[in-house]
Formats: sequence, structure tokens, C-alpha cells
Amino acid sequence: MSIEVRSVSKTFGDFVALDNVSLDVPDGELVALLGPSGSGKTTLLRIIAGLEAFDLADQSHILFDGCDVARQAVGRRRVGFVFQHYALFRHMTVYENVAFGLRVRPRKARPAKAEIRRRVRELLQLIQLESLENRYPSQLSGGQRQRVALARALAIQPKVLLLDEPFGALDAKVRQGLRRWLRRLHDEIHVTSLFVTHDQEEALEVADRIVVMNEGRIEQVGTPDEVFHQPANAFVMDFLGNVNLFHGRVESGRAVFGSLVIDPPGGLQIDGDTARLLIRPHDLEIHPEGESLPGLRARVTRVQSAGPVVKIELVTDAGQPIYVEMAHERFREAPRAAGERVLVAPRDSRLFVEDYTNGSA
Amino acid sequence: MSGSGNRRLARPRSAATLGAAGDPLWVKWVICLASLAFLGVFLLVPLVAVFTEALRKGVGVYFESFRDRDALAAIRLTLLVAGIAVPLNVVFGLAASWAIAKFEFRGKSLLITLIDLPFAVSPVISGLIYVLLFGLQGWLGPWLAAHGVQIIFAVPGIVLATVFVTFPFVARELIPLMQEQGTEEEEAALVLGAGGWQTFRRVTLPNVKWALLYGVILCNARAMGEFGAVSVVSGHLRGRTNTMPLHVEILYNEYNFVAAFAVASLLAVLALVTLVWKTLVEWQTQRQRQEPAFVPAIEEHGS
Repeated sequence: MSIEVRSVSKTFGDFVALDNVSLDVPDGELVALLGPSGSGKTTLLRIIAGLEAFDLADQSHILFDGCDVARQAVGRRRVGFVFQHYALFRHMTVYENVAFGLRVRPRKARPAKAEIRRRVRELLQLIQLESLENRYPSQLSGGQRQRVALARALAIQPKVLLLDEPFGALDAKVRQGLRRWLRRLHDEIHVTSLFVTHDQEEALEVADRIVVMNEGRIEQVGTPDEVFHQPANAFVMDFLGNVNLFHGRVESGRAVFGSLVIDPPGGLQIDGDTARLLIRPHDLEIHPEGESLPGLRARVTRVQSAGPVVKIELVTDAGQPIYVEMAHERFREAPRAAGERVLVAPRDSRLFVEDYTNGSA
Repeated sequence: MSGSGNRRLARPRSAATLGAAGDPLWVKWVICLASLAFLGVFLLVPLVAVFTEALRKGVGVYFESFRDRDALAAIRLTLLVAGIAVPLNVVFGLAASWAIAKFEFRGKSLLITLIDLPFAVSPVISGLIYVLLFGLQGWLGPWLAAHGVQIIFAVPGIVLATVFVTFPFVARELIPLMQEQGTEEEEAALVLGAGGWQTFRRVTLPNVKWALLYGVILCNARAMGEFGAVSVVSGHLRGRTNTMPLHVEILYNEYNFVAAFAVASLLAVLALVTLVWKTLVEWQTQRQRQEPAFVPAIEEHGS
């Protein structure tokens, strides 16, 4: 079932949590709402669920498969909601938690006892916790609680599944396992899902599509590849992974960042504009200082070679710190040591001049 | 070398003379004995005295005191008043703590302060307020009298005064617990399709049941034992508006010591039962709250 959000705003007093947001989630997709805290992503999720009211306006709508649900009560919308801290019923066993949504149905719509039992068992099997059905939430680990919360949400056969920071409260190792599991689960059951996260890695790894939010607005919607490789603006690029940021100015059609000059095809229109150059740490190359390439002269301050990539910290002659990442093999070909003077040149970068954006190779 | 040798020598001595906190043992003993002696003189001796005085003329006379018509009426009235005041305060307490813990509204801190008012005000004053409001010379008195409703010097006044005095007990127990538990479980229930009443009955109430019971016990003890406020509004009509504590006072003033102490012993037994019950409930509440800490969680990686 598809979700459509049409020009929804939400203000808390003077604070604008959502500023005229519109969003489409196609049927069967797994979509991530990604943004820093305070960007409005959780508010949007709660509004879709019906847990939060939005500012009344004629053009504001929330549609499930084309039907307006904005005036429907929470319980009627048939959404599965997984809370950040799971919100499992603490005095109920795992079994009772999962069965809750079926047991509270009005008598006419309530499945028979045996049917409830069958459905709950099936879900417990799906989350691989059949053996723990008589445990209480306090007797489960974080990852297990998370899965119970998911099974409880799925028990009512929701039209859409909404997850609020589903892995936020777990430690790194469990989180990784669980998000791959969620991805596999979604491929199996295909329920339209929307999850909130502030972790770009999580969004990139799990989602079919990513919605990047900032200050109550949507900055970009796209596949993980699109938002990572063709960020719509500096915020998106900065938020999706580490970047080196350089401030410069447009001079005679070219962007000048100290000794580094970017000359985009077609040239730049307005001289004197402020320009920002964003370069990912793995898109920077380190050359011997004497080389005559367009780049920045810098001094190596720290080399950290433990981990999957070698991380090198440098400082330019203008005093700006730079971070470079490179593969171990490459580092072994030309090792650098702290104190060494080098030339840093971008292999790839993105230039943002006011609203005018253009990639340069 | 010599330093470590000294420390080894010093250790057994310190273990023998110092408690866990590092105080000398005699300090511990003095403090313990002092507090025990204090408890004995001010709590235990009076309790024993109540029962000795009550049984001074034998068990027969003791039980005879309860067959007195006025004594029976006092016991009945006390049970009636507690039977009305406690359920009312359960409802008020649940409503108030629900409102405070689960909603944001203006005047919330004022409401919290008001709930504590009966603790802050002397019971006699709360009684007097009712006399001022409903008494014959009071604001609403003439109107009530014209309609044939008597509140002061009658059972309704006693109930009102008791409700007022016992109001904070249930709410005070529930507010911190409900605030700590937040609203997420209720939201989860609503999303899953539960109605308001189902959510309350299946989620909210089970989560606070032990705290609620604890509040009820304290509320009941106070409702049965209240003297000051009830004394002001009761009018001391024998067999009609005397609760047990008031009846004890009357008997005592008439030098009927055995009967006075016999009725008093009933209140004392009530207190003892309440204490035992309260301890049991407290123990349950503790267990419920600390459960997560006691049960080892099993973590599964990368499933």
C-alpha cells in the first residue's frame, strides 16, 4: 500500500517541526527518513501513524493507497509502528505482546483463539524467538526486544510499517546483524515500510530509497546511489558520510580555493559568489610536494593505519585540517609519515555555488 | 619492604574494630541501641499498653465492650466512611495522576501542589473549612437547610472530611511511577487498535497495580484512623456520627478505660495488619521495578 503525504506542516509553538512537506512512498518499498536530530523525521513518522496531529490546512492530506486517512483514528489506520525504545508491554509475555493487536479487536473481527495462536506462532518463527514465548520483555536482550516489537506490529497485518530509529538503542554489532535481517525480512513480506534513522550508513545499506531531511524540510529523495553520488546540495553530501569542506570565491568564471582552482565546464556566472567545495576523504590523493598538479600544499600530522582503510590527517599551509582515506595497498606503495610535506589533489569533488550546483571531475 | 609488612599487620586489626563504613564498632552499637530504645519507648510500649489496658479485666470484659450498641455503630460508621472514601480516592487519584503523568497542560504544577494541600494543612482546619461551607452559619448552609440536606454533624460531612484528608495518598503513589513509565506503551496499544478503555484496563492499570494497592492501603489506614477533621464536622452524636477514633475519645473521657482501650486495640490491630500488608506490597513493588536487573539477558548476535 502506497503512502502519500501532501503539504503537511507542523509547528510546536514557535518551532517549525515540518515545513510544508510532501512525500511519496511507493507500494512495497523500504524507505529511510534520514536526517539529524530535530530535522522533523520522527514527527513526520508519527503524523503518518496518526499519533501526532498536523497543522490544519485545506491542502494537507495523508493518503494510504489514495484514501485520505487524516481524519481516521490511530487504531483504524492499520499501521504497524515500532517504537524507538520498543514500548513492549512490560507485564505481558512475548506471546501476549504479539497477540495483543488481535485480542483487542471487537468480537466480530477477532480471530478465534486457535487462529490467534497459529498467527502468533508463525510470527515468532519469523523473528526466530519461538523458544522464548513465555519470557517477559525485561528478560530479553535489546535485539530480541526489537524483534518482538516488530512481530507485534506485524501481527495486525498492517498496511504500512513505520519504524522509529529501529536500531538506535542497540550496540554496533547487534545493529548490523539486525538491519541485514530487516532487509531480508522486507524482501520476504513486501510491506510498504518507512523507517527513521540518523545513521547514514544504516540508510544506505537497508533502504530502497532515502529521504534526506533537514530543519523540517526534505532536501533530497533518491536511491542510496543517487543521494550518495549525486547529492542535491552541500547538506546532503555533508550528512551522507565524511567530507572535507573548502570555502572559496568565484573569480572570472572559476572557483578559487587558495591554490586549488576548479574550472567547471560552462563556467560560473556571477563573480564574487561564495563557493563551497566538498571532497570525500577517499577522493583525495596525496602526491610528493614537488609535483605540479592543481592541489593544496599540506603537512601530514597523523597517520592511523589500524582499520579497514588508512586514515591520514593533514593540515594545509592556510591552516585547514584535511582528512584523507586510502586503501592499505595504496598506502604501502607510497607510505607517508607525520611531519612530511605533500601535495593533496582531489580526484573527484563537488562544487556548490549558492543555488547553482555542478559536479566536476 | 617495611611498609608492606606494616600494612599486613594492620589489616586484621582494622577488620575487627571497623564496620563496613570505617566507623569503630562501638559507634555502630551505640547508634543501633539508641534508635531501638527510642522505638521501644515511643512505639512499642504504647502499643503493648493499649492491649494490656484493654485486657486488664479479662478477655470476657474485652469482648463485652464490642457488644455495646454505640461501639458497634462506631465500627459500622468507620467501615462505611472508609468504604466510600477509599474508592472515591482511587478514582480521583487515578484520574489526577493520569492527567499529570500523560498530558501536558497549563496549571499542571498548580494541580500537583493542590494534591499535597491536605498534607500541608492541619486536619482540624480542613474540618473547619467544611463547617464554614456547609454549616448552618456557613455559605451554603441556609440553602442546604432549606432543602432538607444536612451535611455537617451528619455522615456526609464525615465522608467529605475523610475524602479531603486522604486525597493525596493514591495520587502521590501513582504520579512518579506513571511519569517514569511514560506514554509509549499506551501509544503502542492505540496503534494496535485498542480503544481507550482497553488500553487503560490492559496496559495502564496492570503497570501501576502494585503502587495503586500501596496507595489504597495507606489511604484506608488514614481513612479509618482520621480524628481531627472528622471530630470538627461530626458533632459527636453517640451511635450516629461517632467513628471509632471519636468513640475511643468519648469512652476515655467517661473513665471507661477498658472499653476505650478495647476499641483502640481494634485500631491498633488495623495498623499492624496494614503494616504487614504494606511491607508485602512494598516488597512486590520493589521486585517488579528491579526485575530487569536480576534476570540475565541473553544476547544473540548477527541472527
